[in-house]
Amino acid sequence: MHLVYPAVLSALLFCTGLYGVLARRNAILVLMSVELMLNAVNLNLVAFDVWLSRAARDTLHSGQALTLFTIAVAAAEIGIGLAIVLAVYRNRGTSDIDKLRDTAEGPDDAEPGAVAAQKTEATA
Amino acid sequence: MSPAPILAAAPHGFLSPTGVEIAFLLVGLVTFGAALITVTTRQLVHAALWLVVALGGLAVEYLLLTAEFIAWVQVLIYVGSVVVLLLFGLMLTRAPIGRSPDADSGNRWAALAVAVAAAVALVWVVADAFRTTWIDLTGPAAGTTHVTGASLFRYWVLPFEALSVLLLAALVGAIVLSRKARAGEDAGTGADDRDEAAGATPAPVPAQKDGAR
Repeated sequence: MHLVYPAVLSALLFCTGLYGVLARRNAILVLMSVELMLNAVNLNLVAFDVWLSRAARDTLHSGQALTLFTIAVAAAEIGIGLAIVLAVYRNRGTSDIDKLRDTAEGPDDAEPGAVAAQKTEATA
Repeated sequence: MSPAPILAAAPHGFLSPTGVEIAFLLVGLVTFGAALITVTTRQLVHAALWLVVALGGLAVEYLLLTAEFIAWVQVLIYVGSVVVLLLFGLMLTRAPIGRSPDADSGNRWAALAVAVAAAVALVWVVADAFRTTWIDLTGPAAGTTHVTGASLFRYWVLPFEALSVLLLAALVGAIVLSRKARAGEDAGTGADDRDEAAGATPAPVPAQKDGAR
């Protein structure tokens, strides 16, 4: 198989995930896009492992071992990420990352007022 | 662009794809389309379901690349547990059923520009670098359970054990993060009586993740 097929598919999937991370507003959709990016990396690792295990006699199978590690780390990441999202949702009543601007700096001072109002509303 | 005369002498024809390549291409198109729908649809639950298609397509790609153990791990962990976790998350954050008009943020066009620029650059570089590289898929499979297990437990034992510690830490961290703060412990942050149902949410998180391991 031509190595370009998995490599190009992996690049396209990675950029799709990149778009999702940048453009989505719901935190859980951002996590889904992160999963897409991690899977693109996994595809690259597997393809290059299959190539190198034949071509260069890489007997360690490092690509597949790293793929398994990436999958496990992604599982841990999704658990922690969802726990954080749920904690934020419980405290703020939203999982909209555009509204979580407590640490934001910049000229738009209208936002902190709205966030503070929303926080008091959530506390009350 | 006609590198065919140069590569005609090569053992692999450039313009005559094999059956595996055609299957890879078709499944890759399905995967890429499902990924595109995942990041663009306005229905949040549909995004999670299209993610299943994308991840399952990737599992088929792993099978075509003869990495069968990775493929089954992919099906088990991603399709079986990560998507279920995401659906639980959507459910517990009261995601709207149906079309939600504010699924995409305002910087959608900037994100699109960045993603397209990155895709063009990456595809160009990758296609240029590996234009004449072929994967030899004949012979014994490179990723059977036997081969993967042997390499994993012969050369990668220490990272493997460290990974189990990391998973344990993540599990404990998820429990600590999602534990409901007691009333007397810190009354200052007492905002979590807002949603009683959300207090019981994290139970699926460690359970699913434990199964994923």
